[in-house]
Amino acid sequence: MVENRPWLTFLSHLTVILGTAIICFPIWMTFVASTHDQATMLHSPIPLLPGSHLIENYATVLTQGYGSKGVPVLVMLTNSMVMALGVALGKILISILAAFAVVYFRFPLRMVCFWAIFVTLMLPVEVRIVPTYGVVASLGMIDTYPGLIIPLIASATATFLFRQFFLSVPDELAEAARVDGASPMRFFRDILLPMSRTSIAALFVIQFIYGWNQYLWPLLITTKESFYTIVMSVSRQANVADAAPQWNLLMAMAMLAMLPPVLVLVFMQRLFVRGLVETEK
Amino acid sequence: MEKRVIFNERWLPIWLVAPQMIVTLVFFFWPSVQAVWQSLLVEDAFGGNTKFVWFENFAQLFHDDNYFASARLTVVFSSLVACLGLALSLLLAVMADRVIRGASVYKTFLVWPYAVAPAVAGVLWGFLFNPSIGIVSYLLGNIGINFNYVSNGNQALLLVVMAAVWNQLSYNFLFFLAGLQSIPKSLIEAAAIDGAGPARRFWDIMFPLLSPTGFFLLVVNVIYAFIGTFGVVSALTQGGPGKATEILVYKVYNDGFRGQDLGGSAAQSVILMAVLILLTVVQFRFIERRVHY
Repeated sequence: MVENRPWLTFLSHLTVILGTAIICFPIWMTFVASTHDQATMLHSPIPLLPGSHLIENYATVLTQGYGSKGVPVLVMLTNSMVMALGVALGKILISILAAFAVVYFRFPLRMVCFWAIFVTLMLPVEVRIVPTYGVVASLGMIDTYPGLIIPLIASATATFLFRQFFLSVPDELAEAARVDGASPMRFFRDILLPMSRTSIAALFVIQFIYGWNQYLWPLLITTKESFYTIVMSVSRQANVADAAPQWNLLMAMAMLAMLPPVLVLVFMQRLFVRGLVETEK
Repeated sequence: MEKRVIFNERWLPIWLVAPQMIVTLVFFFWPSVQAVWQSLLVEDAFGGNTKFVWFENFAQLFHDDNYFASARLTVVFSSLVACLGLALSLLLAVMADRVIRGASVYKTFLVWPYAVAPAVAGVLWGFLFNPSIGIVSYLLGNIGINFNYVSNGNQALLLVVMAAVWNQLSYNFLFFLAGLQSIPKSLIEAAAIDGAGPARRFWDIMFPLLSPTGFFLLVVNVIYAFIGTFGVVSALTQGGPGKATEILVYKVYNDGFRGQDLGGSAAQSVILMAVLILLTVVQFRFIERRVHY
């Protein structure tokens, strides 16, 4: 630091601590609510400290689900996991191949392909929701995992990240590979792929969170309860019109919905920050 | 930029780019073209009969007070989300940048709201402000403020803004912090030697140097407020009470899936797409020639 100003340092700490406290408060209250029994959560004011029903609540939602005819949350977590992994891995796979083709080959319509991919950057699913739903329905993909996953894996960001990275790889490597008689795919597998490890990992963190947190798409594409994802179920149950929600169980579900992406983020924080800053370049 | 060394293959690159192109064509171009096509059609309520009507759907939208109300709401909402989000995250980033001890701990705690889905964020904030058992509305009630987002439109909008800002704060914070840390320390030190205090150093050196990051984040936040907040609105208020929080992206969904007005919804989609394309172009122009000092 440039100079020593104890008061300013104190003020900085205070601001950051206050900010952190305010930001973490909703999550704290969610956790607290998930550890009480239903009676406690029915009248105001609700307690600010955790209660004793933690295991009971989580066991209930995990195995029996929310409400009387609910699907066990375990099933929803599995669906979310399949979807998040599918979206993340699918995106990485198709975009690393496309980026390889666009950078290392010359073929007719190469730039057309490039721009076609670029345009997808601009229009997320939400704005063209009705026709996309129509397309998926006419392909018979309602209530299937491919229907949940494939429409979301077309995205330009990943392709751009890999293209950017491939362009920074020294030409000598490709030259050497060619001189040694390596096929393009051999070069890709033995040289490019190992070199892109960090980019792949960073992208995985971002896309896993993106896939897990999808809301509108699963809401439309799933009609059978056995395909519900956790994020959409939490929001659905909060808005059941006829009765007040069972807050303790609902908040236990919300905690479970947040846990996997938050864990991925916290444990891979450094990669995540790097990936985030790089994809947006 | 182009590669000098390339491989000479005829069919291999086509196969490599094919998966991405097929997915893009089927799930992106086809629906987009259909949205444009549908926006030119009128379908009667029982399906079956469709009529090509040119721009009647658009004309209808432009004579529709509800649509303008929703558009105005979206502008207010987006400005609030973007301004509040940027201001708060800048404040936090500047303060966190000053802090040396415990910086990484703060960062970890400030980062994780990013991983919370907008729809779940909506549920959490709805719980805090729930009119009957919410802890914050209880506290507000004690000091004489009756907070009921279920019946009061302005309070509902305020709550949606808060939840949306909260959800986006970590993203902004990370970018501002990265921007601050890339400012050369020598500049700050030189200014300090010349007698500039912390406030002066911030406004005259850090703030101008952060402006490219700021511009970028402004566009990202506006896009987020336009589109990304769908989950927050849907989980918290579903556009209500009345139409107090029905922003454009929610209206597209509401009219298309609940109201079954496919033509009108498609016309709205097309307008929203145009706005997004405009925003993205603006974003890329700013990134192409970043403001340099």
